[in-house]
Amino acid sequence: MNQEPTAQEPILRIDGLSKSFGPVRAVDNVSLDIQRNEFFALLGPSGCGKTTLLRMLAGFETPGSGRILLDGTDIAPLSPEKRPLNLMFQSYALFPHMTIRKNLSYGLEMERLAKTEINHRVDEIMAVTDLTPFAERKPEQLSGGQKQRVALARSLIKRPKVLLLDEPLGALDKKLRERMQLELKRLQHEVGITFIIVTHDQEEALVMADRMAILKDGRLLQCGAPEEIYEHPADRFVANFIGVMNFISGVVTPNGSFEADGLSVPMPGAAAGPATLAIRPESIAVSMNGGGIAGSLVDAAYHGLDRVLHVKIAACETPLQVRVPAHTSADLGIGSPIHLGIDPDRCRLFPD
Amino acid sequence: MSFQASRPNLLAAPAVAWLLVFMVLPCLLILSYAFFERGTWGGVVYDFTLENFQRVVDPLYAKIFLNSARIAGLVTLIAILIAYPAAYAINRAPKHRQAMLLFFAVLPFWSNYLIRTYAWIVLLNREGLLNNLLRMAGYDGEPLSLLYSEGAVIVGLVYNYLPFVILAIYSTLSRLNPELMEASRDLGGGPVSTFLRVTLPLTMSGVAAGGVFVFVLSIGNFVTPALLGGGRFQMIGNVVYDQFLTANDWPFGAALGMVLIATMIILLFLQGRATAHASGERAGAPS
Repeated sequence: MNQEPTAQEPILRIDGLSKSFGPVRAVDNVSLDIQRNEFFALLGPSGCGKTTLLRMLAGFETPGSGRILLDGTDIAPLSPEKRPLNLMFQSYALFPHMTIRKNLSYGLEMERLAKTEINHRVDEIMAVTDLTPFAERKPEQLSGGQKQRVALARSLIKRPKVLLLDEPLGALDKKLRERMQLELKRLQHEVGITFIIVTHDQEEALVMADRMAILKDGRLLQCGAPEEIYEHPADRFVANFIGVMNFISGVVTPNGSFEADGLSVPMPGAAAGPATLAIRPESIAVSMNGGGIAGSLVDAAYHGLDRVLHVKIAACETPLQVRVPAHTSADLGIGSPIHLGIDPDRCRLFPD
Repeated sequence: MSFQASRPNLLAAPAVAWLLVFMVLPCLLILSYAFFERGTWGGVVYDFTLENFQRVVDPLYAKIFLNSARIAGLVTLIAILIAYPAAYAINRAPKHRQAMLLFFAVLPFWSNYLIRTYAWIVLLNREGLLNNLLRMAGYDGEPLSLLYSEGAVIVGLVYNYLPFVILAIYSTLSRLNPELMEASRDLGGGPVSTFLRVTLPLTMSGVAAGGVFVFVLSIGNFVTPALLGGGRFQMIGNVVYDQFLTANDWPFGAALGMVLIATMIILLFLQGRATAHASGERAGAPS
């Protein structure tokens, strides 16, 4: 009996999944474990294969190869209506000829549940999602945010093992989107259902996800918690895609030091050879009293809480972005000389 | 300001004038004959009467009218049953192939109506292709009399109007957001439930448009019944034709025509209402 307890077993195991459209490998040998009650984000630029992956999970695309294990059973051969998971469509796909109540009850009617049970569950989900006043309206009479809640409720009412969400907030304006990010997270916590969300918005993924996977050209680049991916990106692409990153090209010397024009950062243990140093804007310090790397201020953008300075240094073609508290840099004029300090512990090194 | 407002009207003026002079006026003229008496040697005597309408409801003509409606109804039903799967298949085909498939669907339209109808005579007569094929398949009884029957008329009408119905249904299907069907499947609906509860209701406006079109054109048709139905078979269109060209009873022909036009207007009105009701369903289409 040295089996792991069931709580540790992933609810969904994606095992070597691939899918080609003609010569294009849309999804290329992706393997992922998604834990029970996790809020998981599939993140990547458009065309990275994240939507194809989601559609394979929902059953609308047939995998070229690989398995999809839901609670240990391979659901890849099942048609969409037989899979105990639901998809919330990007377009919401509300039935325009049905009232909101009818839209919500549709999935339960397909399960042939008793009428009283259906009514009870529709009333319940409408209360949770604040949709009760709109029960008898048609979708066209609702705002974008309300439609989004109907789409969510229509999927949740089925009590799926996993809920798939395809760019669920894409159609909403910025303010509403930020509110709905937290709302979705709260709701996911309340209903205790595993959420897998597809998004191209890295900020959205960082805010909402417990863990996330970064995809590019159909391949999985990295999977982990947001902090882990932000702090320890696996490669240059991930480093650039998540948050803002400065890149400096240079060489690692045999004695373990990264060298570029006017710049030297100790990197003990790094392999010698050409490499790129990556550092976040908030990991660069400005020293007012001289010392460190010399540069000049090219531009400064005020963001309220902080200020992003664009500093030109000799080692780097594009100015470095440096994030500093707004009040410490108010008197810096464009063109003024500036000195930067880089903390080696907060740098990442990518061999070229 | 008034120039801006009146410009669209000005642009439509030639078409409106054309319709008025060459469509509405002649129609009104003919229809007005319905209220007058016929002359002894044909022509119209301008004495007001409602007698023509009394003859329309005469059991003899009412029966022909109802029979025509029945045949037109059957034609409509069969055409929809054939056209819907065809339109569905075309809509499911890869995008680049759809234009070609539609082209083939409407191809018969580009040949002459009479030639198309005569082709059916060649196919259906006692020495025709179908009977020959049957004989080759081993059938050695009397050749089947397929031609000059109600069945032949129905086949001919369905054949002629099918492309309209395919186009009408295809146009609503192609505007339907495919994610709606996927959503139904995702929510647990099998292919049949999805079709009956989502696809069909959302494409009824196309079915209605195509159906009304076929029904109206079929009920008034006189060429196909004359050629494929033989001389004995009469639809209301043949009766109207006979009144004008054989019996020289223009007023009665006009009264019959009026009933046909009224039927058409009522059907178009009902179809228009159905389409307006369904217009909210466009909201489901991808933007």
